[in-house]
Amino acid sequence: MNANEKKALEIAACKIRIGIIESTYGAKAGHPGGSLSAADYFAYLYFKQLKGLDPKNPKAPERDRFVLSKGHCAPGLYSALALKGFFPFEDLSTLRHIDSYLQGHPNMNTVPGIDMSTGSLGQGISAAVGMAKGAKYLGQNINVYTLLGDGEIEEGQVWEAMMFAAHNKLNNFCMAIDWNGLQIDGACSEVMSAEPIDEKVKAFGFDCIVIDGNDFDELEKAFSEFEKSDKPFAIIMKTVKGKGVSYMENQVGWHGKAPNTEEYNIAMQELNAKLAELEA
Amino acid sequence: MSEVIKIATRDSYGNALKEIAENGGNDLVVLDADLSAATKTGIFKKAFPERHFNCGIAESNMMCVAAGLSTMGLVPFASSFAMFAAGRAFEQVRNTIGYPHLNVKIGATHAGISVGEDGASHQCCEDFALMRSIPGMVVICPADDIEARQAVKAAYKYNGPVYLRFGRLAVPVFHDDSYCFEIGKAETVKEGNDVAIIANGLMVAEAIEAAKQLEADGISAEVINMATIKPLDEKTVIEAAKKCKKIITVEEHNVIGGLGEAVCSCLAEKCPTPVKRIGVNDEFGHSGPALDLLKQFGLSAENIVKVTKDFVK
Repeated sequence: MNANEKKALEIAACKIRIGIIESTYGAKAGHPGGSLSAADYFAYLYFKQLKGLDPKNPKAPERDRFVLSKGHCAPGLYSALALKGFFPFEDLSTLRHIDSYLQGHPNMNTVPGIDMSTGSLGQGISAAVGMAKGAKYLGQNINVYTLLGDGEIEEGQVWEAMMFAAHNKLNNFCMAIDWNGLQIDGACSEVMSAEPIDEKVKAFGFDCIVIDGNDFDELEKAFSEFEKSDKPFAIIMKTVKGKGVSYMENQVGWHGKAPNTEEYNIAMQELNAKLAELEA
Repeated sequence: MSEVIKIATRDSYGNALKEIAENGGNDLVVLDADLSAATKTGIFKKAFPERHFNCGIAESNMMCVAAGLSTMGLVPFASSFAMFAAGRAFEQVRNTIGYPHLNVKIGATHAGISVGEDGASHQCCEDFALMRSIPGMVVICPADDIEARQAVKAAYKYNGPVYLRFGRLAVPVFHDDSYCFEIGKAETVKEGNDVAIIANGLMVAEAIEAAKQLEADGISAEVINMATIKPLDEKTVIEAAKKCKKIITVEEHNVIGGLGEAVCSCLAEKCPTPVKRIGVNDEFGHSGPALDLLKQFGLSAENIVKVTKDFVK
């Protein structure tokens, strides 16, 4: 990718991060940490990778699908969708409000652009492999992407889904694991280690690459490897939880907590400064 | 008297799936979790192998795979034993099928104690309770082969999640081809005035037999086949209550959370009427031949007669 493309992605990711802070601040709740760690993935996915997306026709049949298996990171996904034009960016501040269409976890029936309702961990990946199987069965040339948390892979169902993907040779299926190392109760390595993730994923029949998930060049490499692979593919993304907001980075406490007004102001100051620098 | 034909509704399930596909149901796909021979989706698999997806022994994944398939415009029937379809995968059904109201059909066989020898671990008497509690879920328990095959076809045509309950045991076929099943509509099998017996599944045939015996003893029992538990045909329940003044419910399910409770909820609010519930009395089953178990648990014409006589005297 050239410098301009990369800058455009960096700007998109920064705006997604602004959306994450706006929405969780507006909600007085939500999950900024894992949304921020995956913001670069969301930017790459929605502004470079997904084919056939049309905000005016969110249900266009021959579109790539995305399932946010770690549904609690809805603020990141909603921000990407808003930025892409599926709904107004200003609506993000209604996240989790009573009667808002922006539910705490993704709802495919209320939010344009959401391909599957998720929130209960381990289930989104199964729905995604179902879509990939369906696309193959129907002869549709589309890809299905899903994003899991590194804590989420403690759910046994995730591995059932991986078996299904490998058994059915779903080379149109690409899962990413947001390996930020933290889950609600602490470090994944202390709560319930799933490592070595890459070896386990390979043993389940996937091709796999480990990358820095906050680096667009590496994301580009990973997605191009996926496109070349004849197996289901896993992108294990080493990321920084809370990435882009100084006081949230690598802090487990920011898994599921909204910033207060003072914290919001600091975060917005940092992100707006970054945006100004990028757009200069 | 002509010979009574007996067919297990799980066979009806497999046959109906095949019939749908043979008659233009191109969007039908069938999922199973390593039980194709038992759930009888094997019948479909033999005819349409490319449309039968074996998910292995992983029911939780299977339910969500079905959800994903449905978003691609397919009509998946996800099949397993009731214990695993409604029990093990409850939360998957609730969150990934029920909550988004997806067009997924759940074909649950081997329900109730009539599973027989496998014993309590496989005798699901809780599935009505679980599935009824999911908003928007249609819950159907057909009584015989004719109704079961029609119920599968009605579920296929209906747009939304449906739970279908089938049995392992061969049961009498009392409908003929003129019967027409409709989702949410009860069938009055026999008119009566003294008491109305509302049953579903294999208990309908027992209720019919009981009504015959009661007739001989001068008790006029109405028999209602409530194949759809949800949405409940409240109109028919209330009309029967008004006419007969006494209601008996019969189901191969825990008396908690099933047909009896659905009928009681309706009547308590809209037409208070004395009710007796016949079902599994909040206990687990155990191993044994199906017919012996049904008798032992009071799920027989004989016991319906006994309870009815005590109730109406």
